[in-house]
Formats: sequence, structure tokens, C-alpha cells
Amino acid sequence: MPLIKNGTYAEDGFSVVADDAALPPGGAIVSLARFKKERETLLARNAPLGVWLKSDESPEALGEDVQRLSLVVLEFPKFRDGRAFSWARMLRTRLGFTGEIRATGDFLYDQLAYMTRVGFDAFEVSDKITPELLQRALKEMSLVYQPSAEGRKTIGQLRAGA
Amino acid sequence: MAGLALQMLTANRLVDGDVVYWRGGGWVEALSDAEIFSAKADAETALAAAQAFVAGNVVVNPYLFDVREERGGITPVKEREIVRALGPSVRTDLGKQAASLSPPPARRNRATFPQGGGERDDDVSI
Amino acid sequence: MYRYDEFDAAFVKERTEQFRYQVERRLSGELNEDQFKPLRLMNGLYLQLHAYMLRIAVPYGTLSAKQLRMLAHIARKYDKGYGHFTTRQNLQFNWPKLKDVPDILADLATVEMHAIQTSGNCIRNVTADQFAGATDEEIEDPRPLAEIIRQWSSLHPEFIFLARKFKIAVGTSLHDRAALKYHDMAVEIVKNEAGETGYRVWAGGGMGRTPYLAHLMREFVEREDILAYLEAVLRVYNQDSRRDNIHKQRIKILINAIGPEEMRRRVAREFEEIKAAGTLQLPAAELARIAAYFAPPKFEKLSDEMPGGDADFENWTKTNVHRHRAPGYAIATISLKPIGGVPGDCSHQQLDALADLLDRHGMAEIRVSHEQNLVLPHVRKKDLSAIFARLKELGLATPNAGLVTDIICCPGLDYCDLANARSIPVAQKIAERFADLDRQHDIGELKIKISGCINACGHHHAGHIGILGVDKKGVEYYQLQLGGSAAEDASIGEIMGPGFGEHEIVDAVERVIKAYTLLRINGERFLDTYRRVGMEPFKNMAYLDQLHAAY
Repeated sequence: MPLIKNGTYAEDGFSVVADDAALPPGGAIVSLARFKKERETLLARNAPLGVWLKSDESPEALGEDVQRLSLVVLEFPKFRDGRAFSWARMLRTRLGFTGEIRATGDFLYDQLAYMTRVGFDAFEVSDKITPELLQRALKEMSLVYQPSAEGRKTIGQLRAGA
Repeated sequence: MAGLALQMLTANRLVDGDVVYWRGGGWVEALSDAEIFSAKADAETALAAAQAFVAGNVVVNPYLFDVREERGGITPVKEREIVRALGPSVRTDLGKQAASLSPPPARRNRATFPQGGGERDDDVSI
Repeated sequence: MYRYDEFDAAFVKERTEQFRYQVERRLSGELNEDQFKPLRLMNGLYLQLHAYMLRIAVPYGTLSAKQLRMLAHIARKYDKGYGHFTTRQNLQFNWPKLKDVPDILADLATVEMHAIQTSGNCIRNVTADQFAGATDEEIEDPRPLAEIIRQWSSLHPEFIFLARKFKIAVGTSLHDRAALKYHDMAVEIVKNEAGETGYRVWAGGGMGRTPYLAHLMREFVEREDILAYLEAVLRVYNQDSRRDNIHKQRIKILINAIGPEEMRRRVAREFEEIKAAGTLQLPAAELARIAAYFAPPKFEKLSDEMPGGDADFENWTKTNVHRHRAPGYAIATISLKPIGGVPGDCSHQQLDALADLLDRHGMAEIRVSHEQNLVLPHVRKKDLSAIFARLKELGLATPNAGLVTDIICCPGLDYCDLANARSIPVAQKIAERFADLDRQHDIGELKIKISGCINACGHHHAGHIGILGVDKKGVEYYQLQLGGSAAEDASIGEIMGPGFGEHEIVDAVERVIKAYTLLRINGERFLDTYRRVGMEPFKNMAYLDQLHAAY
């Protein structure tokens, strides 16, 4: 599936690896279960590592190891399952994660702005979402009341003339 | 329910939410014009055909519902479908009942509140 | 009341255009119904039995004359000439067309109104006491904080796809008219021992299939920390709520499952972090800035004498006129419960006339109550006669506030897709049965609340007498519950037993009320008698017919 990262189509330097499959030479995405099981080996690899979290798996489980990951994939099993919004927020704030947070699964164009504001910066999309549509989505609401991960000024800050 | 199990097919129109009924490959607005299915297979065929109108963004949520013959006419079994066919029982000046539809299914006796004893067709056990 | 600045106005305008695009994409098929449904719900749009239903937000129940006129205009132009006021202070239109809704929202935006987040699995309308700013039973007006919470919750990116709806109320427990304990989260304005004003936060209340009263989350939250605390509660809820069973996804279920202590612990952890980050601090200056919008009108020096009038006027002032904190003023309830009418409905003519009434008497606002009535918060006592006379002409002067015929009732099976039974006809019949005003006064305070299904939009769990419509093998039946209360003495009603048919329910209610009149002592209310004697005597009376028939 196409990957949109930082607003444009991007090459995906990672491949998703099944729990019982051999690890590829390059970037690998493993499940949380596998990461917990093979943590030492995975972190010792000299290649980028990503962990795939299901919607009921909190990034808290990664603890400080998150600093050693290049990528966290947050899954939307159904677009209505909004837990990943909090997981992304947790990654950026409590866990201080600065790597790629990638959305995968069932999500809508109409969620892209919210996702960006909580810290997603990459989206695994079908052909229904393009970089142009992502740009459009981000512009639909030019004003926001709440703080955003990308540091966008809030209405409160604009009022105060910040 | 004793006797022939009759059904009709209904949906809501997407653009305005109006109640519509299936008739011969399309939709009509009055229950009295709707197609009656006496065979389950026919009902299922129509329901399947209705999906094209969902995909075509004409209607949402088509489904079959039971009707029965009563007092020389056809009337839905469930109160909900009577309300959908006519409009709110508390505002008889609104909805399909207010427009001239020929002839609208009569509200069942027990759907109104008679001053004296109304005809009751439900069995109340103590 | 709050006035939009350029930012608020632009926000609502952009939201309208966003929805317009969503409607286009739905009509073209780019969005299917499953995808569109949560999006339209978050713009207040339901698909009901006959038509769509649009729920318009009335933040903390406050409306201006200009807004009333716009609602009247929308009723005429796009709907069938009336609206319905709800138990969460909002207004519903029952017949909009999907293709017209973006235009309706555009019209609303011109008077600083919207339908943002009035449905859907997100934070809903923030409600407050309809007497806010006028009563002497509050520490301070809850609406400034309610407005701040409204802004904080509007399109909050993290909490826009919650497991279920989330309802917040702000109030005081000196006299709780906002049903705080029945909310997902409630902020109670309190003073600590040092006399400082702060907030006591509750969470986990709710009606529906499994009613709960809220648990205490935090005894005292400092003013500047309140948004951080609310965010902490929402975050824990969004992360930890179930997503596998739609009936188990409210926060009340989560707190009941893990226990209030554990919930407090999880929330505290998030709270400390959010506080430390400092991004949600609420400076005193900002609270004061918002509070300034809600400054009461300049109260004139007026005689506090209550004007006299004819018997009709006296009857009306007995129940519908309430004490105001300023001498010479009163709070007036406009009953939307005419005997035999549809509870909570208001015609476009009435909306326009009320706007004129506000203007004529220099009143800036009108409130929507939680009991589907309207309230004039600041009425000069000397204007009461003239106002009453006008209300009488408009059919809005029914003298029954708080009495047995002041019934709360959901739309029920006459309108609602979720309903099992019709509720409005039952309300009408009960009101007609008890229409005699002397009888109503003899009965006194009695809150009857009727829901057409277990979703409990009629708040039947909180009724002194609660009535729940059920479907028993295709027949409409009505279950009775007794002893509920949504006030500061909150309680959940107890189910009496098997339901009554639609021809029996009014008689059953009458027998229950008769039991009260036989058992009461010392002028106690129905609710007090029930709490004193229990269900048994009421149950025996209610099922009397059946008992006789059995023999």
C-alpha cells in the first residue's frame, strides 16, 4: 500500500515481519508480542526497527525501548476505534518518541487532521487518500482550540497575540 | 402469527430521509402502493435487488417487515411501521398521513386512545 | 452571554464547509453510510423513523432573542414549523433533509450557533443549571467554566472517536438542577476550607440500560488545573474503555469494572503529567475574561413586592416564579407542557413571540431547562403581570412547573428509530387525567419522567415516578420505577414489577399517586413518602386491578 510520509509519497524502508518469519536485512516491523519475546536480538540488529501496535496495545509496553525504535505503527482495526489517537499522543508526550508514527488500517480522510494533530506523521493509504487530499484535509479547520503535536498555535494563543 | 406471513420492503431515502417502499424494482412513498410478498423467496429477492439502490446512494438500510390483512386492508404488524407509514400519532397534521395518500392504512384501534372501551387485540395476562 | 470573536466565528464557518463537503461525498457515494454516519452524528444529524433529525447545540441552555428568531426561521424554511427542547438543553428539528443541512448550519453560524458534537462518540453539549447567574443557590455562575470546557472539547483531536458518548455538566450541589450525578463527568463548583473556590470532579454517572450515579474522582481541583484534570479523565477513558460491546462502552462501565479507586489512580497519573507539561493551564485572567461575558445585567433598584393579579396569575406565580438573588427580580419558568400537548415542543410562532417578549422587556437571554421547559432568568417583578398575560396568549403560561403534569418525555416511537414504545401519548393522557389544578397542588412536587426505550433519553431512572416503554411481543408495555431523583439527593428509581399495557398505565400511575396521598405525613413530597415507606405499599396499589381480577 502507498505510504504518505511528511505530506508526500515515500518509499517504505520497512517490511512487516510475521511472528515466525525470518528477519529481513533492512527495516523490520514486528508485533509487540515478538518484540517482547526477542527484544535483545531485535535491538541488537544493525537495522531500523519498528513495532506494530494493535489498537488495544498501549505503547507503554515499550517503555524506554521506544527511544531505540525508528517507527511505531498504530493500527486502526475500524475507523471508529479511536484509541490510537491516545497512543500517538502518549508516544509523543509521555514517551518522548520522535520517530515515525505510522497509521495503518481503516481510517478516513476525515480523520487525517486529527491524526496529524496528535502526532501521526505517516499514513499507509489506499488510493482513496492522496497527498493532495491530505493537504486539503489539513486545511479544512485552520483554527484549533487544543494544543497540537506539530506545535500549531491554538486559538487561545492567537487571542493572546502569541 | 397464524395464516399467511406477508411482508413488505422499506427503506429511507438518503437525500431527505423520507420513508419509501419497494414496488416492482423501484420505490414508492405510500405503503398502500407497496408490493406485498407472500413468499419468503420473493421477499429475499427484492431485498437483494434493493442493495443496488444502497450502492447507488438512493436509499439507506432497506429491510423487510411483516404485514397482515386486517379489516379489508393491509396493515403492518409492528407499531413502528405504522408510525413510519403514517407519521407521528401525536401530530396527525404531519407526515404522510397529512398528505392525500389513497387510502392510508387506518391507525389501529389500540394505537389511539378511546374515551370508552376500545377494541383490544392484545391479551394481557396477570 | 458568550459572544464569538473572529476565531470562534471562523471555526464554526469552517466546520460548516467541512460538513458540506462530507454531504457531497456521501451523496456521490464516495462515503458510504457506515463511514458517513459517525461524521453526520458529530454534526448532530440522526436518521430517525420518518426523516432525519437535527440536534442543535444550545451551550449551557442559553439563547438570545436573535437566536430564537433564527431557530424560528429554520423551523419555517427547512422543517415543519416547530422544534423540540431536550433534557440536555438542546433543540431538535424532526424533519430536515440531508441536502439542506449544510445550509441550515450556515444559517445557524450567522447567529453563533452550530450542531457540533451534539451526537456521536465524542464530548457532547456542556450543560448547566438553567437558573445560572440568577439564583442565590450557587457559589458562582457555572457557565464561564462551561464555555471554557466547550471550547476545550470542540474537535479535540484525541477524543473525537471515543468508545461512546461523553456528557459533561457544570454546577453546584446547593441545589442541583443539572443532574450532575447522572453525567459521564460533572464539575461541581466548591469552596475548600481556606475559602478558595475550586472544583470537585465526579465521573461515571449515566442513564441508559445500566444507570449509575457518578463517583467522586477528586475532592478539590485548583481552578487553573481543571482542564488538565478533565483531559486526564478523558484520556484514561479513551485508552482503557472496552470497544467490543457497544452496551459496555460508557465510562460508567469502566469505572464500575476497575473500581473508582483504580480510576482515580490512573487519572491522577495522567493529571500530574499534563499539569507538568503546562499546556492546559487555565490562567485566572482567562477565566475572568470569559466570566465577563456572563456578567449579569445591571439590576435596578426595585421594590421586591410581588405584584397581585387575578386567580390565573396567582396560580402561575405559585409554581412558575422563583426566587432571584436580586431584590425586585424573579426567575420565571415558561412551561412547554400544556395539558394534552407534546412536552417540550415549541412552534415557530412561539419562538418568534418569545424573542419579541425578550426585547420588549429588556431581557437579553432565555434559558432551556433540563426539564424541557424554558426559563426567563432575570425578570423584573413589576413586569411579571404583563409577561404572564402575553405568555397566556401564546399558550405558554401553563401553571405547572414541578407539578405532576410537568412531565419529561422523550420523543419515543412517534419519532425515534430506537424506541420500543410511544411515550408522548402516555404523557398526554397522564396530564389530562390530572389536569385539575387543585388536584395538582394537592399532590405537590412530583416529577414524572417517561422514556420510550432503555436509552433513557426521558431520564426515567431519575423520575420520582419513572415510566419505561418496552416492547412485549409486539405490544407496547410500560414499566414503572419509583424513587428516582436527579437533584443533589440523587437516586436511581426502583423497578416496581411487570409492565402495564397502554390502557392500564395511566390508571396504575393514578393508583400510585393515590397511595402517596393516603400514606403521606407532614406535607412530605411523593419522593419523601416513597423513601420512607418503600415500594411495597405502592406496588400493592398499582397492581390492585390484577389482584382483584385474579380472585
